[in-house]
Amino acid sequence: MAETVISIRGLRKSYGDSEAVRGIDLEVEAGEVFAFLGPNGAGKTTTVEILEGYRGRSGGEVTVLGEDPERAGREWRERIGIVLQSCRLDPYLTVRESLGLYAGYYRAPRPIDEVIELVGLGEKADDRASSLSGGQQRRLDVGMALIGDPELLFLDEPTTGFDPSARRQAWDVIAGLRDLGKTVFLTTHYMDEAQRLADRVTIIAAGEIVARGTPEDLGDRESLPTRIAYRLDGKELSIETTTPVQALHELTGRALDQGLEIENLEATRPNLEDIYLSLTAEAAE
Amino acid sequence: MSGLALVLHQFRYDQKAFRRNPASLFFTVAFPVILLLIFATVFGGQTVDVHGGIKTTAYYVPAIITLSVISSTMQSLAMSLVIAREDGRLKRGRGTPMPPWVFIAGRIGNSIVVALMMLALIAVIGRLLYGVAIPWSQLPAILITLVIGAAAFCCLGIALTAAIPSQDAAAPIVNALLLPLYFLSGVFIPDDQLPNGVVHFADAFPIRHFFEAFFNAYIPAAGSPGIEWGSLGIVAAWGVVGLLLAVRFFRWTPRGG
Repeated sequence: MAETVISIRGLRKSYGDSEAVRGIDLEVEAGEVFAFLGPNGAGKTTTVEILEGYRGRSGGEVTVLGEDPERAGREWRERIGIVLQSCRLDPYLTVRESLGLYAGYYRAPRPIDEVIELVGLGEKADDRASSLSGGQQRRLDVGMALIGDPELLFLDEPTTGFDPSARRQAWDVIAGLRDLGKTVFLTTHYMDEAQRLADRVTIIAAGEIVARGTPEDLGDRESLPTRIAYRLDGKELSIETTTPVQALHELTGRALDQGLEIENLEATRPNLEDIYLSLTAEAAE
Repeated sequence: MSGLALVLHQFRYDQKAFRRNPASLFFTVAFPVILLLIFATVFGGQTVDVHGGIKTTAYYVPAIITLSVISSTMQSLAMSLVIAREDGRLKRGRGTPMPPWVFIAGRIGNSIVVALMMLALIAVIGRLLYGVAIPWSQLPAILITLVIGAAAFCCLGIALTAAIPSQDAAAPIVNALLLPLYFLSGVFIPDDQLPNGVVHFADAFPIRHFFEAFFNAYIPAAGSPGIEWGSLGIVAAWGVVGLLLAVRFFRWTPRGG
């Protein structure tokens, strides 16, 4: 059994009358990439900022690396790295200087050049942060979170607003974190990001957890109906069935018997995006 | 690193960023020099009725140093801290093991060093261009006055950030506070030209008191030691109020986050 790095029991957070997080439970184990997936306003950032020690909570128990983040001190901060959802860099410092500044905050930082390589900014090392593209700035954010050589990294929506190539590069950097043995707590509203990077995914919607699992078995995909669509006599028809082999057999058998041609025959399993949308839509109602 | 080593570390990077920032270089370094040149050109050759009559240029050298000290401390800190806060950079720093006071101490150190450099720069320009003697014998009084004033205006600048909601609001709010007070306190217009009522009004704010203290340190009246403890005490009291407000109301996180 891997060691538990994050443990949340019955976490609640209210702002005035509205409850942003409504009693959630979750656990994250050492060395895994854990994706916390949900639409905007679902409570992701509130939760991650409670875990990071930025916000207090209204109820429940939270333990991160053995301590309550609300009361944890410098020693605890040596062991975590944070990439905030939106944070600019000092425009007048270079990549190397930004990392050098943060390296000075930690007792045993990783070598600066090594971090520059890890986040793929070797050619930009002596360029000012203001000259970097959005994707490069984000990778420098990750570098600054990594410089203290933390055990646990929080990444809050690391690729929101990126073009596809910048996302891919950010994903490569995040995938590399797992190889370093880091535990990663990732929030995202992109299903494909969670699918690509995470060992386990938990979906939050309207402050409650609506699904959890590995990217493969999420939302009990096995038991969801397959959709069979086809065109007959110019009409678009479809069937939803949990026994697709039998349904197809009957359909095609009938067509053969009656000498009908079925056009555009298609059988589709629900993809993760469909599951995600249906789960989060239910919660929003 | 120990606390002091961390402060020095932070200070080194703050200096770097300051030197590369065109806006801070202009407003903190170039702007006071330009003002000195303008005032000396427009009003040079006249006398001001202080200490039995001195040249206007001699009046403007300590006046512009006063302005430089306030702009490198209160103005520069208020603006740069609001920008860093709204950028999320202060919040990011809070997520590291660095104690928050180190960050503030580094910034204050940077401001005081810049204020000292401006003292030297304006004094040398005053000497070279206008023959205003550099008062070497007054150096202890000048430094004591400058450091107390700089520290007080740093505290006021940090406190002021709490009243500035956004990056865009920083420059207008800071200038709306400081510019009129420079005029009313005799920094821009020699105080023998100002009506009594104006000077009394300016006495309600710290700039006038700091100007009086610094002026008398730079050009002491006959027989005066140059340290105006009365005025300096009022400046320091403003600083303490600023510090208390800063401790109570300073925010590390941007609006809405």
